Amino acid sequence: MLTDALQATATGEPAAAVRRAPARRRRWHGWTTAIVLALPGLAVFGLFSWWPMIRSGIMAFQETNLIGGGSWVGLRNFAYVLHDPALPQAVRNTLWFALLGLVLGFPIPIALAVFISEQRGWRSTFSVLAYLPAVIPPVVAILLWRVFYDPSPEGALNALLRQVGLGPYSWLNSTSLAMPAVVMEVIWATAGSTTVVYLGALSRVGGELYEAAEIDGCGIWKRIWHVTLPQMRGFILVLLLLQLIGTLQVFTEPFLLTGGGPANSTTTVLMLIYNYAFVYGNFGAAAALSAMLMAVLTLVAALYLAATRRWSRS
Amino acid sequence: MRTSQPEPTAQSRSIISPNDLHRASVRLTLGTSRVLILASLLLASLGPFVWLFKASISTTQDTIRHPYGWFPSGTRWDNLSTAWHQVDVSRYILNSAVMTIGEIAVSLVVTVTLAYALAILRPAWGPIVYGAVLATLFIPVAVAMVPLFMTISDLPLLHTSLVSSYWSVWLPAGANAFNVLIMKRFMDDFPREILEAASVDGAGPLRTLWHVVLPLAKPMVVVEAVLVMMAAWKDYLWPSLALQEPDMQPISVALPRVAENAELSVQMAAMFIALVIPLLVFLVFHRQLLRGASLSGALKG
Repeated sequence: MLTDALQATATGEPAAAVRRAPARRRRWHGWTTAIVLALPGLAVFGLFSWWPMIRSGIMAFQETNLIGGGSWVGLRNFAYVLHDPALPQAVRNTLWFALLGLVLGFPIPIALAVFISEQRGWRSTFSVLAYLPAVIPPVVAILLWRVFYDPSPEGALNALLRQVGLGPYSWLNSTSLAMPAVVMEVIWATAGSTTVVYLGALSRVGGELYEAAEIDGCGIWKRIWHVTLPQMRGFILVLLLLQLIGTLQVFTEPFLLTGGGPANSTTTVLMLIYNYAFVYGNFGAAAALSAMLMAVLTLVAALYLAATRRWSRS
Repeated sequence: MRTSQPEPTAQSRSIISPNDLHRASVRLTLGTSRVLILASLLLASLGPFVWLFKASISTTQDTIRHPYGWFPSGTRWDNLSTAWHQVDVSRYILNSAVMTIGEIAVSLVVTVTLAYALAILRPAWGPIVYGAVLATLFIPVAVAMVPLFMTISDLPLLHTSLVSSYWSVWLPAGANAFNVLIMKRFMDDFPREILEAASVDGAGPLRTLWHVVLPLAKPMVVVEAVLVMMAAWKDYLWPSLALQEPDMQPISVALPRVAENAELSVQMAAMFIALVIPLLVFLVFHRQLLRGASLSGALKG
């Protein structure tokens, strides 16, 4: 109330004092309306977001089926998961996927965005073109790439590579090539949308910084290195973290491209969770592994944020 | 009516200055790199679309033997009608439409009412709710998959199962923190004078929402509707768990099964049909979509 009045005087609004009494009634009225209006949101978030998160913590320590409550089993679910011989392989595969995605996929959108932002008059054409793969439903893209990865010498990708004297490769049938092939599909499908995010960041870089750099005698490459990239640093750091968190949860692409094979070389942690729950019906083990994955992801995020905060302060 | 758009201001200049453009070497490098990148973008982005279209009107043998041939045995437009009628693509497309429309409706109701309560009415408990909503942004979606499935199999308090009902995809789609966040930020910028004026004129909160806030929020409502539509059309994992009746499944979930049972030419035709609708939506709404996509960056930065 007081702040309202102060604000009113600050903005030179004379009617504040006159309107004080109805304002109080309005506020009370607004209070109940606010609850009623927020109700759909509270219900949906409560039921389908907050409660499942709490529940996953409970379930990890229970033996449960789909109906009714479970019985407490202490740490038995965790012991089961940790002794599963499939776990180390799934962890290795997931880390390998994340690393490949980072090394091969992370720089592409940055370079593309810097380039596109310089295309006066052509910017929207280039951004639409770059974003196009992100429009394809992932399932369609995955099934299409499965055809491209046909291991026969006539396969679409092998035929293309033969023109430059490479191959033929067995792609998804090879234990060493299957994961890089999955990563390539993912990069193709996601690079465009990340590029658009960077383009948004670039449009906020003030022209006067480039002006100043140019007056100081910086060439174009130096301007990119000393102005553009530092200005994008916040975005780069956060998108790096998001990509890391996203790739550690990869599921649909290896699930539909390879089904986890050959010889479990593309089975990821999330596929293991899926198998526990929906193939073996062991919901407790699935919840325990989910809890562990979430703990790891939270830890990664916390460490990362702490490290980058110190780094950006120094 | 004045709406405050959080659009970045027009750029006065960028990395390369008019001075640079006077130098021949800069112009040459820029020109060649433009041609090179345009060519590789066309190949990488447009190429697969064109190839899929070609494969969808080719025979299976042509696609396998001559992936880059120009219709050695002629075009087969009937693949598309075979896919549409005989492998039930028409039904799956309809299911996708039902799923998408419901998700848009639920999302918009939840987002607009919650954002209005948080940004305009500003109750004392607002920040707590807002914080709890934002916290879900950082919770990995996939990790919540198993408990969410358990929740819809046996709903708390009601003890009914939503599995194999469209509510099981419609309702969870409403719990999207990002949509609430961008709508709330958009409403935060609404001029308070207009809301005050409506209040002085005797409009209650609901009338203000309907007659003042909703018209002002329309651009963001469109952005969100398009974002939800694209996301719903793309979704695979959750609908595959929640909608287990084959007759109810959306096209994304049904396609892998179609791929296993139909011959390649029909499979390609089915995939092409599944792609056309989001492609058309994108071409019509690309401005809104690209804005939504870069907004997600604005919040991350």
